[in-house]
Amino acid sequence: MIAPDNKEMVNITLNGIEVEVPNGINAVEAAALHGKEVPHYCYHPKLSVAGNCRMCLVEMGTPMRDRASGEPILDEDGTPKIGWVPKPVIGCATNITPGMHLKTESDLVNECREGIMEFLLVNHPLDCPICDQAGECRLQEFATDYGRGYSRYVERKNVKPKRTRLGPRVTLDDERCILCSRCIRFSQEVAKDDVLGFVDRGSFSTLTCFPGKELANNYSLNTVDICPVGALTSTDFRFKMRVWFLKESKSVCTESSAGCNTLVSSREGTIQRITPRRNDQVNDTWMTDSGRELYKLVKAKSRIRRPSFQGSDLPLDDAISQAFEALKNKKIGVVASCHSSLEEQFLIKRLVEETGAKVFIRGHFGEDDGILLSADRTPNLRGALVAGLTNHYPSDHLNDLNESLADGHVEALLVIGEDLKDSGVNEDNLRKVPLVFLGTHQNSTSDCAEVVLPGLTVFEKSGSLINRSFFLQSFEQAIPCPAGLMTDFKILARLIDLFSEDSIAPSELDQIWEALSSSENSVLKGITFLKIKKGAIQLDESKWEHLSFVEKEALHYLPTGVIAS
Amino acid sequence: MSVSTPKERRIILKHADDPNYSNRIGCYLREGGYENLKKAFSMQPGEVGEEVLKSGVRGRGGAGFPAGMKWKFLDRKSGKPIYLICNADESEPGTFKDRQIMYKDPHQLIEGMMITAFAIGAKQAFIYIRAEFHEGARILERAISEAKKAGFCGNNILDSEYSCDLVVHRGAGAYICGEETGLIESLEGKRPNPRIKPPYFPAVLGLYQCPTIVNNVETLCNVRHIIGMGGEEFSKIGKPNNTGTRIWCVSGQVMKPGYYEFECGSLTLGQLIFDVCGGLRPGRSLKAVIPGGSSAKVLRADERFSGTLKDGTEFDWGLEDIPLDFDGPMAAGSMSGSGGIIVMDDTVDIVEAMANVNAFYAHESCGQCTPCREGSLWMRKISQRMCSGGAREEDADLLLSVAKQIEGRTICAFGEAAAWPTQSFVTKFKEDFIRKATDSPKERDPKSLQLI
Repeated sequence: MIAPDNKEMVNITLNGIEVEVPNGINAVEAAALHGKEVPHYCYHPKLSVAGNCRMCLVEMGTPMRDRASGEPILDEDGTPKIGWVPKPVIGCATNITPGMHLKTESDLVNECREGIMEFLLVNHPLDCPICDQAGECRLQEFATDYGRGYSRYVERKNVKPKRTRLGPRVTLDDERCILCSRCIRFSQEVAKDDVLGFVDRGSFSTLTCFPGKELANNYSLNTVDICPVGALTSTDFRFKMRVWFLKESKSVCTESSAGCNTLVSSREGTIQRITPRRNDQVNDTWMTDSGRELYKLVKAKSRIRRPSFQGSDLPLDDAISQAFEALKNKKIGVVASCHSSLEEQFLIKRLVEETGAKVFIRGHFGEDDGILLSADRTPNLRGALVAGLTNHYPSDHLNDLNESLADGHVEALLVIGEDLKDSGVNEDNLRKVPLVFLGTHQNSTSDCAEVVLPGLTVFEKSGSLINRSFFLQSFEQAIPCPAGLMTDFKILARLIDLFSEDSIAPSELDQIWEALSSSENSVLKGITFLKIKKGAIQLDESKWEHLSFVEKEALHYLPTGVIAS
Repeated sequence: MSVSTPKERRIILKHADDPNYSNRIGCYLREGGYENLKKAFSMQPGEVGEEVLKSGVRGRGGAGFPAGMKWKFLDRKSGKPIYLICNADESEPGTFKDRQIMYKDPHQLIEGMMITAFAIGAKQAFIYIRAEFHEGARILERAISEAKKAGFCGNNILDSEYSCDLVVHRGAGAYICGEETGLIESLEGKRPNPRIKPPYFPAVLGLYQCPTIVNNVETLCNVRHIIGMGGEEFSKIGKPNNTGTRIWCVSGQVMKPGYYEFECGSLTLGQLIFDVCGGLRPGRSLKAVIPGGSSAKVLRADERFSGTLKDGTEFDWGLEDIPLDFDGPMAAGSMSGSGGIIVMDDTVDIVEAMANVNAFYAHESCGQCTPCREGSLWMRKISQRMCSGGAREEDADLLLSVAKQIEGRTICAFGEAAAWPTQSFVTKFKEDFIRKATDSPKERDPKSLQLI
């Protein structure tokens, strides 16, 4: 990564026009800032510069200086004389200096691009009709934009393996590979799992795993994303769907508190794949393999698709009434969730205030991989803090709930998604009280619930989450929810309305945000949902600084008190 | 012509063919060996560098860059250790000079390297030797241990408190390992993919990202003689800007191929071929000469070369008039490169010759960057098809176009090395290429020599 030292702006001349760009960024980025595309394959903004594809060749010159005096040499008209480099240079490894001249649209540059495109295609199988990359393939795009349009190649093409298993999730088509080395650099630099390399030489070079190794790390599918051609394919997505049919929705990964920004691609209400969405402050352009699998929960067998009362299905409205009946006039306990969206947590807090219920909340923890899978395996623990559901850092058990159930301080229970089985709650204690369960998937707790209210997965609803760095990020609905259901916060609002005689709970996102942003002392003051949709918002975390969060130092995350190394 | 042909002046190869001389340290010391090392160690490192700069010695590896200047580019501010590497990966087709030095007079190289190491303040020196020179590696290793025992190398050299270890590293068996940044990668234990410049200039970010000097075997041997006779004196050998002697490796269809050491510019190409090398075989006439290893542009026997030299003198040469130094072949549009002169007479099928050169470069391309990787193989496929009865008239222009798409667009100079032969062969012998398409049989003559 060639990072600029500072954000100082300097003037350069791009295709004869003077423009302002940050000093030190490379020519590819500088041109992009001013709407000029410099096509490239091997360059990736989040990886080191390899400079091997040669597609980003541009013309470059710098103001000439007198060797002896160091004074600029001027042209007859008084402007600095430009010393053009006699050969084209690669834009990715050319860092901007003040007064630099760049040509990204000259005859020479066009000729270079045409030549490189031709070279890349001579041994390329051109099997676009069966290639998964078709439609999002840089080779196709740049061949159209900068290619010759016809072939001069009459020799035999090189033949290479068509389906090599690199690991459990990645399959390689060697013939399509243009040897850009992005995947190799990713494995070394980001995933820190150096397993890929080239063998053989010249045009016969082949990507391979080192002997005895496989591409099995939890980030392996990122190599598929950054592969500019159809060489690395996702074994899961391979041959499933033409990408131009896919609808893309902006979402956030709920696997852990890292909060990777994602794109959920679906067609006709069925999710086909999840890919990372670039956010330079959160996940760069990466996400975990495990996070990409989460869409499979939507159609999981254990999914709760219908509301039920004492084991029999009934309409949602009736189920909500039954839930109210089960809870009313009792000392209620609410098991809230760090998986809920901030909006849902806000309404739970409302419900708690309305009913005087006692809140129990539990964290879910695992090992921190130091990249994008954090130790906190819930997406919105900080949301629970911000919503005021708890002032303490949640522990990984609910022993206090067990006690409250045993000694009768809790007479009825509303559980949001949580499985209480392994949380320290005795099943006999649980069976003593009427239980309302609101969640997406069946578990031991939903099994003993009197009323089951189906919740929606993150893909079927909109809302916001707060990640480990206190970034407030929104996710949007990607697919329609199962027939007859509604989004969780609407169910909660209906329930609140039943408890409350004189007010109506907000049941639309905008209304909820009106309430959230109007409270004086909240860190959410002044924020609207529209603002979050436009980009992640950094919240003031000072109120919770004293809590000992479990996350370790990771990509774009420093625990409180840790000094950047 | 023969009247004026000068005598060989052997400086580097002085003892190469002496029957009373072996590659052991005894012989070397007997002939005044390591005296110059002692002389250098009595000077300041900077003074040694100054002498080399004064001598004007240009790199013998192929590019001809002044060695003293190269040393000046060293980044000494970073405080990182400095490395010296001897590029002994001699693999340019037609070149066999470094091999003679290492096999026959290895101590000369070691002395030159230790003087250089002292001058640049190197912490560690390497000889990166071509994999195929296994005997050479053995000889060098023995010579190094002899030198170490005598205190000329390793710890505390000549009791000066300056130490510099010298190790032989055997190459990875590829032409690209001779490209200096590829060599560095290979020495680090990786694939020898050349590095991008900027930012990886060896003098700043070389071996292990430390400042590094990479010099050719012959260049380093010259350092020894520069210190011996003084930079001023050395610069009087040869011609201005073309100082010292050069070893010309003549191969191809001459009566006496071999290595010949002459003062730079002291004789012409014609004198070398017809007098020194005994001319062509009886009844043959000269068709073409490659003057500087296979990557140099080919020169046609009946070509005229005219223009103005750097010093302002006008010239109008035939092939035989080209003076053998750095600037002569350059002025004729080619280069003296590594000094490998390949002579071709009229029996040579020029298309087949080019096909062999192309086969070499396609085989040796490292495959890192697109133009060279794909272009070199494509050119090979075209030229082999042409030699196998499948030539088309448009192939000549296609070859030129492919070569042009490689030249100047690659990471390292391999792109030029692969493109220049094709460009010059096709441009200068276009009629041979057209004739391949129009007159040649549609199948390859089974009796013809096998293509590479």
